[in-house]
Amino acid sequence: MTTANTDAMRPPFPAERGVDAYNTKLGMWVFLASEVMFFTALIGSYIILRFGAPGEWARPGVVLNVPVTAFNTFLLICSSVSMVKAYASIADGDQRMLKIWFLVTIICGAAFVGVQGFEYYHLIHRGFLPSGVREGSELAELVAKGTLSEASLGLYGSTFYTMTGFHGFHVTCGVISMIYLYFTKVLPGKYTQQNHGGVEVVGLYWHFVDLVWIILFTIVYLI
Amino acid sequence: MTTVAGTPHVGHAHSDDRSFLRKYIFSTDHKIIGIQFLFVSLFFLFVGGLLAMQIRWQLGFPNQPMPGGKLLPETMAPDGVILPEYYIQLVTMHGTFMVFFAVMPLLVGVYANFLIPLKLGAHDMAFPRINMASFWTALLAGLVMLSSLFVPEGAARAGWTMYAPLSARPDLSGAGLGQQMWCIAIVLLGLSSILGSLNYITTVINMRAPGMTWFRMPLSIWALFITAILGLLALPVLSGAAIMLLFDQTIGTHFFDPAAGGQALLWQHLFWFFGHPEVYILILPAMGMVSDMIANGSRKPIFGYHSMVFAIIGIGFLGWIVWGHHMFVSGMNPTLGSSFMVTTMIIAVPSAIKTFNWMGTMWRGNLRFHVPMMHAVAFVAMFVIGGLSGIFMAATPVDMHIHDTYFIVAHIHYVLFGGSLFGLFGAITFWFPKMFGRMMHQGWGKVHFWLTLLFYNLTFFPMHILGMAGHMRRIYDPTMYDFLKPYQPMNQFISVSAFLLFAVQAIFALNFLVSLFRGAKAPQNPWQDNGLEWTLPNPAPHGNWERVPNVYRGPYEYSHPNATEDYLPQSQKLPGDPEPAAASRASQGREA
Repeated sequence: MTTANTDAMRPPFPAERGVDAYNTKLGMWVFLASEVMFFTALIGSYIILRFGAPGEWARPGVVLNVPVTAFNTFLLICSSVSMVKAYASIADGDQRMLKIWFLVTIICGAAFVGVQGFEYYHLIHRGFLPSGVREGSELAELVAKGTLSEASLGLYGSTFYTMTGFHGFHVTCGVISMIYLYFTKVLPGKYTQQNHGGVEVVGLYWHFVDLVWIILFTIVYLI
Repeated sequence: MTTVAGTPHVGHAHSDDRSFLRKYIFSTDHKIIGIQFLFVSLFFLFVGGLLAMQIRWQLGFPNQPMPGGKLLPETMAPDGVILPEYYIQLVTMHGTFMVFFAVMPLLVGVYANFLIPLKLGAHDMAFPRINMASFWTALLAGLVMLSSLFVPEGAARAGWTMYAPLSARPDLSGAGLGQQMWCIAIVLLGLSSILGSLNYITTVINMRAPGMTWFRMPLSIWALFITAILGLLALPVLSGAAIMLLFDQTIGTHFFDPAAGGQALLWQHLFWFFGHPEVYILILPAMGMVSDMIANGSRKPIFGYHSMVFAIIGIGFLGWIVWGHHMFVSGMNPTLGSSFMVTTMIIAVPSAIKTFNWMGTMWRGNLRFHVPMMHAVAFVAMFVIGGLSGIFMAATPVDMHIHDTYFIVAHIHYVLFGGSLFGLFGAITFWFPKMFGRMMHQGWGKVHFWLTLLFYNLTFFPMHILGMAGHMRRIYDPTMYDFLKPYQPMNQFISVSAFLLFAVQAIFALNFLVSLFRGAKAPQNPWQDNGLEWTLPNPAPHGNWERVPNVYRGPYEYSHPNATEDYLPQSQKLPGDPEPAAASRASQGREA
């Protein structure tokens, strides 16, 4: 009898559990629901502004460098694959492969942010700003030649930088938290076959960020 | 012996050797965080009230020096006379403070934090450190908002709804930095709410004591749970909109600027897509807590428990598809307007279910008119008035006439003050003993209640009449319009009532502060309530329970025929009550 009582004082506490997921995982799913609403606000605004825009919306490839970003998209999808491999490794209890695949994920994620920074640098250099086109720039010449419709370029810049910028911010947050986990948990070998919730939870976040990018890439770069 | 296992240990449950800073300032204890929210949001409630008093002075006695107005700088009120550009800041910041920094944190920050683990039998929230971060982010947001009043150009000036393009173009509004600080504070507040909500949702889903099944949860917890879902999904939309608004002012984007192809109406859609769920964030928790207090004060099981739960869920769902009723005059397609009108009117159904259930609970009950019960009954009465005027506005043709008039102001104050704040005064009195171990004074509580009820109605009821006469919302000087001149005595009457209403809140403030230190020591269960929190000592220790209690029944078993008292705590085992399955599952798991 006494043992039963002391047991009840120690976690995990007996509880009515509404779902068969541990708290951190459930919490991450709940958090992702709010992230969906956040990106929906941005993407929904983009759709409404694009449909209501004065003049023709810039065609893909005129302003943006689609091949570079396509490569970047490939990098991010690869990082999702490596994240799955990292999770599968530790689920099998394989510490060595966890370290490798987790590191691959971090590198791919960091490379994505790097390429995006490079892309921003070039776009700004070409004269593409959140407020529209800079006077006397390369893009301003295209506008003068009539290749680009000036009327909607302000909206194009506003939505492009806000959507991709916030996505980039999310990727950066993910990379930072993965680097933190890598040095505090993965390298010291704190994840085990029984206990590797951290990999799963950060993986959920990572796949979500990846999914958002696939949507963004499609609607911003391809159509 | 199993009976004993279900009875929580009374006394100091855990030895507590945390430092003062960890215990009271940077605490991860949900009860301390709730109390921190309580003090901070009561302060902002006072700030919001102070702003309202200045608004009322200007409306009642336009262009006359305000008493004490000389204390304000020249940019606000030279010689004590309120300037138009300061007046619009007052209106904006009164709404902002009351909605985002007073009522919302009072309901959700205080009571979701304080009640969810206590009423569900959990040791703390699922993520105590995220919970702490949520409080500090909210405090930071409040301080940013407060300091925006004191920057050179003054605070935001576009009304609390921040309609574009006035809000998006500093050259139109004249408020640059203040407007940007408004956006930043709202983004921070949104972050705080999201962090809080994910905590509440996870805790409610996964951390209920054995036997606390979904339909044994108190209605306050149901309401806070649905509120948390609304907050989780609505606040990010506002954050996104506020970020776009901020970018419009700082990095030159054109989201809401029609001159550059943007859409001013987009702001309205985004704002009200958040704004209408927000309305239910501001009322549902009060409804839940009022249900608890009314059952307690009637000594009867709540009438129609399941219908109450489904009404809360129904209101929560319908809240998402009615936002267009704030925008009937925006030139929307009449067909769309009609569908928004219909969905809005449907909300009256679950609201009426709740109202009739409250009355059914009181009907032939053994009524105990303690202070929380009085406030709860006033809540029901005032909410009915506010709810009925809501149906007026839901009808598109009527709304065309009363849109942006004092009728709207009267309506929102009937639901937000008459509803939420009366519920909160009751809730503060009701859970004060569990927070601080002392009782608030009942006599002064009743004096405060009657005076508040009186002056509150004298203040806000005449606003309906003003609104129907066409008195515009947010106007600076009603005497400028010939058609409003005959109504100026009524404006003065409202102002005097408002000053008195503000003054009698001093009774509450003094009662609160004196009771904190000098109040009578509270017994463990002063209201003879069934909730799990009342089985804990006063104030509840860190970690709440030494052993997680077992729950045997719903929360409203008052006057149960088999009980010796007229109440029956949820964790008290009667002969023949089966042990909850979750408890035995857990112990089997341990033995295996």
